[in-house]
Amino acid sequence: MTTSSPSSETMSTPMIPQREPPDPRRGVTGWLRKNLFSSPLNSIVSLIMLAFAVLIVWPLLQWAIIQADWLGDTRQACTGEGACWVFISARLESIVYGFYPESEIWRVNIVFVMLAGLIAWLVLPRLPSKGWVALFALTGFPIIAFFLLAGGAFGLMPVSTRDWGGLMLTLTIAVVGIVGSLPIGILLALGRRSSMPLVRGVSVVFIEFWRGVPLITVLFMASVMLPLFVPSEIEFDKLLRALVGIMLFWSAYMAEVVRGGLQSIDKGQDEAGMSLGLGYWQRMGLIVLPQALKLVIPGIVNTFIALFKDTSLVLVIGLLDLLSIIQSGLTDPEWLGYAMEGYVFAALVYWVFCFSMSRYSQRVERKLHTGH
Amino acid sequence: MSEATASRDNGTEPMIEMTGLNKWYGDFHVLRDIDLTVQRGERIVVCGPSGSGKSTLIRCINRLEAHQQGGIVVGGITMTEDIKRIEQIRRQVGMVFQHFNLFPHLSVLENCCLSQIWVQKKPRHEAEKLAMEYLERVQIAEQAKKYPGQLSGGQQQRVAIARALCMRPEVMLFDEPTSALDPEMIKEVLDVMVELAREGMTMLCVTHEMGFAKTVADRVIFMDQGQIIEEAPPETFFNNPRSERTKLFLSQILGH
Repeated sequence: MTTSSPSSETMSTPMIPQREPPDPRRGVTGWLRKNLFSSPLNSIVSLIMLAFAVLIVWPLLQWAIIQADWLGDTRQACTGEGACWVFISARLESIVYGFYPESEIWRVNIVFVMLAGLIAWLVLPRLPSKGWVALFALTGFPIIAFFLLAGGAFGLMPVSTRDWGGLMLTLTIAVVGIVGSLPIGILLALGRRSSMPLVRGVSVVFIEFWRGVPLITVLFMASVMLPLFVPSEIEFDKLLRALVGIMLFWSAYMAEVVRGGLQSIDKGQDEAGMSLGLGYWQRMGLIVLPQALKLVIPGIVNTFIALFKDTSLVLVIGLLDLLSIIQSGLTDPEWLGYAMEGYVFAALVYWVFCFSMSRYSQRVERKLHTGH
Repeated sequence: MSEATASRDNGTEPMIEMTGLNKWYGDFHVLRDIDLTVQRGERIVVCGPSGSGKSTLIRCINRLEAHQQGGIVVGGITMTEDIKRIEQIRRQVGMVFQHFNLFPHLSVLENCCLSQIWVQKKPRHEAEKLAMEYLERVQIAEQAKKYPGQLSGGQQQRVAIARALCMRPEVMLFDEPTSALDPEMIKEVLDVMVELAREGMTMLCVTHEMGFAKTVADRVIFMDQGQIIEEAPPETFFNNPRSERTKLFLSQILGH
């Protein structure tokens, strides 16, 4: 076997054609050249998309911001050129507080500030004692918030839940629903996978029942039907009925999301826990659930977001949440014709809350990726 | 013999006693009339073709599998349906799995401390001290803060062994501990197991590593189709097997 000399080999085989080195220009022009205008075809497409953007976004900006009216008290403040946000700003108090008596609004503000503070403490990194803060948020805070909002004790004037409304009502329902449905959902998911027939049976029936009926029906039944079955001396607060209904309804959905996560955990994890002598709740709480919940964060946050937006359904039982308060403003003869502003504002508020939840969940997922 | 106290008797009582053990998976008879006694300090290797029931056998000892007929007594405690009894037994029995089963969301050190803290109710610093001791014995102490996903197979299995040892079990069960490892990592795990055997730990090991059996075993047990076919000290087992099936199996496994 003859060995061919290297030089004759390389000269006879064709070389791959040379490629251009990467574009060294930096800064905005560099980025533009590299990403938008890197080739003739790309340049043309970029220009077309830019034209579209200008055609659509510019009028939107004009309507929403540039030519809009922001402040005022009455319809006269609307010039008719752009959006009349006066509709929102003039009615801002009822949109945020519903029909809460004006003299007591400071109580709602305290609750808002506390809620924002607790969430900020739990969300921002590197703040200490998050365990204690979380414990307070789940035990002390609800009690304080309840007494502040409902009154009737400690010298606070009682405010009936019929007067709660607007953003404050939406947040109350959403927070209670979210915080309640997750633990109940986890218990149901564990129950459905239990080997004890009674526990499993009850879990399955619960889940399939609440998943099978629409939330509107649940709210309607809770509000209209329940009083028919219960002696008239006992009257359950309407908001309480709505809260319980929403919480139980969503916990059934949450249970299935969590169960998906539990199913995907290798049985060996549970077996290793068993072989080390850990009991059932220890294995679930220390080994299986941390892994399972982390896997289904997208599903859980999805459920939270859906829950948040579904709070608007309480309209059917006469509770006026954010959306319904805005809608009821539209029937006011003074503000006819400003439906666009109302709905855009409502959409914006919902979007801000839901998007914040989504962003936070992505941050949690990124953080939990450390290690594995 | 009092049933209420978890007995750690004198050394004369057998560590594990199985009598007339039978198990079915539905219609399939996976364990047939197993009688097995393991004395304290004995090292037993269980071998046999796949499907012979050897893994099922040792998994019955700590009730990862439930038997339908027969009796199991571990460390003087008779196994019943009572979960308290079962957990008592499990606290005395350590197990190492073929696929390691380390907890991926916890560091190596936390893996070893978890059960000490939650089952044995030790304070954290005490648990960590013991954990570091065992991690050093399996020569993996420098990886204590790492997560299982960052370790190689051989390292993970050694952590698994340390994790089981941290509970100070009376007997260690090994379910094909090296079967999922690359050849070059098998030795490091076997070395740890040999060391453990030399220190007098009662061991029941399902494995295909015949070299290990020859080095360390007091008895080798051959199982086929749910029955114990042959049971003998290594010299007899490897040089003078009685049953034809044993001879066939040995020729297959030692052939290459």
